[in-house]
Amino acid sequence: MQLLLFNAFNGLIQGVFYALMALGLALILSLNSVINMAHGGFLVIGAYLAYTLAPYLGFWGALVVGPIGAAVIGLFVERILIRPLYKRPDPLYTLLLTFGLALIIEDLTRTIWGAQGLPFQVPAALNSPISSVLFFITGYRLLVVGITMAVMLGLYFLLRYSRLGIRIRAGTLDLETVSALGVNIYLLRALNFGLGCLLAGLAGVLAAGILGLTPPMGSSLIMPSFVAIIVGGVGSLVGSILGGLLIGVAAGITTTYYPAASEAVIYLIMLIVLVIRPRGLLGQEGLFE
Amino acid sequence: MIRRHPVEILLWIALATLPLWLGPLGGYTALGTKILIYGIAALALNLVLGFTGGLSFGHAAYFGLGAYGAGMTLKYLVPSTPLAIVVGTLAGGLAATLLGPLVMRRRGIYFAMITIAIGQLFYFIAVRWNNVTGGEDGLAGFRRQPLHFGSFVFDVQNEIKYYYLVLFCFVIAVVIMRVLLASPLGHTWVAIRENRRRALFLGLRTDLYVWAAFAISGTITALAGTLNAMLFNFTSPQDLHWILSGNFVIMIVMGGMRKFWGPLVGVTIFVVAQDYLSSLTDNWMSLIGLLFVLIVLLFPKGILGLIAPRRREVSTPRAPGIQQADAVLEEDGSPLRDSTKSLREATK
Repeated sequence: MQLLLFNAFNGLIQGVFYALMALGLALILSLNSVINMAHGGFLVIGAYLAYTLAPYLGFWGALVVGPIGAAVIGLFVERILIRPLYKRPDPLYTLLLTFGLALIIEDLTRTIWGAQGLPFQVPAALNSPISSVLFFITGYRLLVVGITMAVMLGLYFLLRYSRLGIRIRAGTLDLETVSALGVNIYLLRALNFGLGCLLAGLAGVLAAGILGLTPPMGSSLIMPSFVAIIVGGVGSLVGSILGGLLIGVAAGITTTYYPAASEAVIYLIMLIVLVIRPRGLLGQEGLFE
Repeated sequence: MIRRHPVEILLWIALATLPLWLGPLGGYTALGTKILIYGIAALALNLVLGFTGGLSFGHAAYFGLGAYGAGMTLKYLVPSTPLAIVVGTLAGGLAATLLGPLVMRRRGIYFAMITIAIGQLFYFIAVRWNNVTGGEDGLAGFRRQPLHFGSFVFDVQNEIKYYYLVLFCFVIAVVIMRVLLASPLGHTWVAIRENRRRALFLGLRTDLYVWAAFAISGTITALAGTLNAMLFNFTSPQDLHWILSGNFVIMIVMGGMRKFWGPLVGVTIFVVAQDYLSSLTDNWMSLIGLLFVLIVLLFPKGILGLIAPRRREVSTPRAPGIQQADAVLEEDGSPLRDSTKSLREATK
């Protein structure tokens, strides 16, 4: 029983990372119409920036600066490379471009920081277990869940009530009309892309504290995030979060009984969802069909 | 019959004599074999990508299934090269056929995402099912076997003889794809690519046609996978990874996805570049990534797309509807001519 709880909680933590990644991917997917294959790259950038800056800024400073660094680089990438492609309606080109970026970022990370895994130090106070029975619940893991929940709430209020958020939501429905109403949609898309990269960077820093840093960490987290979006339903941000947590916990529970299948189960869940409910758990009917 | 372009005849002569001239040029026969194998896969993927307009980003799955199917047949079942090819091809083809219905109604971004994600399922099975697939280290311990025709033995363990076996498969695959593209089925694929809704309104079950494209394409890709496993007498989970899927797509786009031979041009450049760069620098992955970025930004139509289109296209069958419109417009000089002309350009 304790083992099951342990694995389920581990899965939940993994699911939190998937959900953060999926949320950023889904934002970029719906407003920018870009499948951001480089999303894992931005996660890696956030993580390694935090690792490099932690000795100077401390853990908390790095936790803030890492994601912001990822967002700034994301803004540059959007402005220079992705903006020229908006006028080509075929999603193939942005997919290939971000795919190339993903390769470049992973390779450069390996060149700069080395292929070996690096540990990311979290404050010692956060590393001790909360109780001896639930030994796996450390302060840091609670912090990960707490920060993620706070960020998601913040994002909810941003999208629900702020002018920027309302414009982003309107843009996902009908970008042309939003543009006709005098909104600078280039700026809107840029900010949205930056926001997505910010979330990826945050996931990177948080994940680094648990999984450590390796150059391929981004490419191993991005595929489950795609699955999270498909399971949750394309076009639904809440669905992406739900999908991420669901597959994370499912993978965790599977680890208890049959560890070798813990990754495959994620994709099996996706297949089952696609067969029974093709639009995903919370997806809108007819979207992209 | 379709007239053959002189360049195409040259291509066949070059392929038939490749082992003679590749060595003096600084290559080696296995490199040519690899180009042909990847060529089969890329031409097959282009049936979905370039001709039907389905953004499949997970074809490495079928390539890898073919590879593992062939390898495991040789290792565990029977040491027979033809049987390994058949089993591997059927394994990949079956998977593509069964998974096709999950994507056949999707378009654009969603099609891409689902195909990417599905491909990963097989990757993790290959990595985790250690005692059968060899896990991360890959599947080794099998060898391609000589072919027996009665008393005559064609020993494909010889590299050059294996090249000709692969060329034989390449010819078969090309003939099949050519015949399909010239048939009503192929014309329907192009019609779906150009305007799916219109094809639907004409009463075509577009989803079934997309399914057919996906299944056929997956099967031929799996054939390429079996040949690849036997080229190296080895296969690894990398043959199933989405990075390989992406590489296939960029090869196609680099060569020109609207032309039948475009993918082969892209494959040749990509495989040679990868072979050369990986011996030159450790950062070849960045250079490949840079190649992606530059092609997308500068040459979105690919290398063959740069060549001015000829009047009669044999490689890209035109949708029947557009041909009729052409015929009507040729007779009366209506003002619609200009818009049809641009449409015609678009379909080339």
